[in-house]
Amino acid sequence: MSKALLYDSTICIGCKQCEVGCAQQNKLRYDDSVAAESVQSEHKYTVVMTKGDKFMRRLCMNCEHPACASVCPVGAFHKTKEGPVVYDVWKCIGCRYCMVSCAFSQPKYEWGSLNPRVRKCIMCPDRVVAGKQTACAEICPTGATKFGDRDDLIQEAQDRIRQNPSTYLNRIYGLHEVGGTCVLILSGMKVEEFGYPASEKIGDTPMPEYTGRVMERVPDFIPVWSLVLGGIYWISHRREEVAAAEAQERANDKKNGSAR
Amino acid sequence: MRIKLTFWRVVFIVIMVLGIYSTIIRYSRGLGAATNMSDQFPWGFWIGFDCLCGVMLAAGGFCMVGAVYLFNVQGLRSVVRPAVLTAFLGYLLFIVGLLFDLGRPWYIWHQLIYMNTHSVMFEVGMCVMTYTTVLFFEFLPNVFERFNLKTPIKWIHKIYPLLIVAGILLSTLHQSSLGSLYLIMPSKLHPFWYSPALPFFFFGSAVAVGLAMTIFESTQSAKALGRHLEISVLVRLGGALLVALWVNALLRFEDYFRRGMLRDIVKPSYEAYFLWLELALSFVIPIALLSFKKIRLSPNGLYLASVISLFGFITNRLNVSLIGFETYVGHHYVPKWTEFSVTLMIVAMGFFLFAVAVKYLPIFPREEFVRERLPALNPASPAVFSVLEHAGD
Repeated sequence: MSKALLYDSTICIGCKQCEVGCAQQNKLRYDDSVAAESVQSEHKYTVVMTKGDKFMRRLCMNCEHPACASVCPVGAFHKTKEGPVVYDVWKCIGCRYCMVSCAFSQPKYEWGSLNPRVRKCIMCPDRVVAGKQTACAEICPTGATKFGDRDDLIQEAQDRIRQNPSTYLNRIYGLHEVGGTCVLILSGMKVEEFGYPASEKIGDTPMPEYTGRVMERVPDFIPVWSLVLGGIYWISHRREEVAAAEAQERANDKKNGSAR
Repeated sequence: MRIKLTFWRVVFIVIMVLGIYSTIIRYSRGLGAATNMSDQFPWGFWIGFDCLCGVMLAAGGFCMVGAVYLFNVQGLRSVVRPAVLTAFLGYLLFIVGLLFDLGRPWYIWHQLIYMNTHSVMFEVGMCVMTYTTVLFFEFLPNVFERFNLKTPIKWIHKIYPLLIVAGILLSTLHQSSLGSLYLIMPSKLHPFWYSPALPFFFFGSAVAVGLAMTIFESTQSAKALGRHLEISVLVRLGGALLVALWVNALLRFEDYFRRGMLRDIVKPSYEAYFLWLELALSFVIPIALLSFKKIRLSPNGLYLASVISLFGFITNRLNVSLIGFETYVGHHYVPKWTEFSVTLMIVAMGFFLFAVAVKYLPIFPREEFVRERLPALNPASPAVFSVLEHAGD
């Protein structure tokens, strides 16, 4: 069963421990200056944003049907059955199609590197496979980021909304967005205010379907179009052959006729 | 041998020097230093111009090969070779451009072993690779003829039908797929340019550009080489261009109509200005010009209409790849000078290689040569033809 993260922004106290845990897990530099950065980057896979007394976390959504995995020409991204969307740096050629195609603009790039890699939260696949929580969930002091089975977490999120309808917006962000994601968000205010794309804008359709509809026609298109082109070639040149043969025949007839 | 310094040669040298300097920056300090691309704008001018426009501008090759060899329009025969040469150089330079843009170009061969068949990018990559090979074979007879190698020419003629069909098939696939690349970004690309019909637009405009580009390059090289311009060929191309522009314009109109956007596109906005520019240059002005018989029959008029429409379609590709993302991202992207400089260098290399090829290879029939060969090429005596054309049947 697919694992997931449930982030409940109403419990979050903005301590940024998840940022610390993430940095340790991924061996990233983390100091005061990094802590002060409020945007994700190639050295900061997750960020806690502040707006008044409200907090919101951002990280890769680890989609159920990831666009990045479907668009990568060399298949450097892939969705594991446990949930994480992982990246194989060896395969990557650096086309950055994953970055442009991601509805959440999560993949970041090492622009300063001479052999750059795509960087994003990969949902601690080693820990998840080993049956452990992700680093951010483990370190979270309030349980605002909770790790578990996706179905259980959805259940729990629904329960929380039911028990405290005045605290929460009646919506689990990530439940249906782009076909569902492995990061689910509960919040008292619209996540869009923190830069998340609006649900109605990204829709519920799994991203790979947009290009899949075209790509699945290619195997049929190739033989059919080849036949059409070959047919046109044959007809347009056949006409000429026939004309030549007829001219030849007429010439022969004439010759025979005059000989007679 | 002394090389005279003309104005254009000085320009060429300046472009090359700056380009080489930018190349050094690109490979010694990385993409971040050499471009204004960022996490918000991962695709910049190199994708928008070098790749999208480059492939589009090389469409003349498959258009002319299709017209002459597939549909057997003999009147256009004299433009096939320059069109194939342009296409071949265009694709080679597109690959050069790609080596600048890819973050890890040294792993470009991974494409061949780690194939993800669901990826549009994979399809484009494979098609471009195979089509460049096809173009190489279509171009080879020039070299063989130059050195009077008769046997290999015969071999090429044997596989010619295969090359023609493969070339057009591959072009159809990847010209349209460059549009399909953007289908996965419905929430990012501005609705003026995001349409489920993008692959059709990209293919349709490639055909129009193929025709316009052939008019442009024929006129340009006739001027440069002091050759006599074959007006009948240009007029034919101009007529076809007018039809192609109309088809493209109607497709676009139908798309806006169906998506209920006609009201939006006439409302002034940042995107609307770019859309108007694009539509004016690619459709309104050239269609208006070409509708006058006088212009359609004059080499200068045809040249002007073609060049304007080329700029229009270049605007279209840049709108799709750059302008269309600015609202989503929330800020403007302006390429760094190094990005322009590398692109200019690549374009200049294209002009240079074209000039060299035309000088040393039999790309354009020598004029006395044409007169000599004409009876043989006349459809009234098709015997010679069939030997050449049906060798593979």
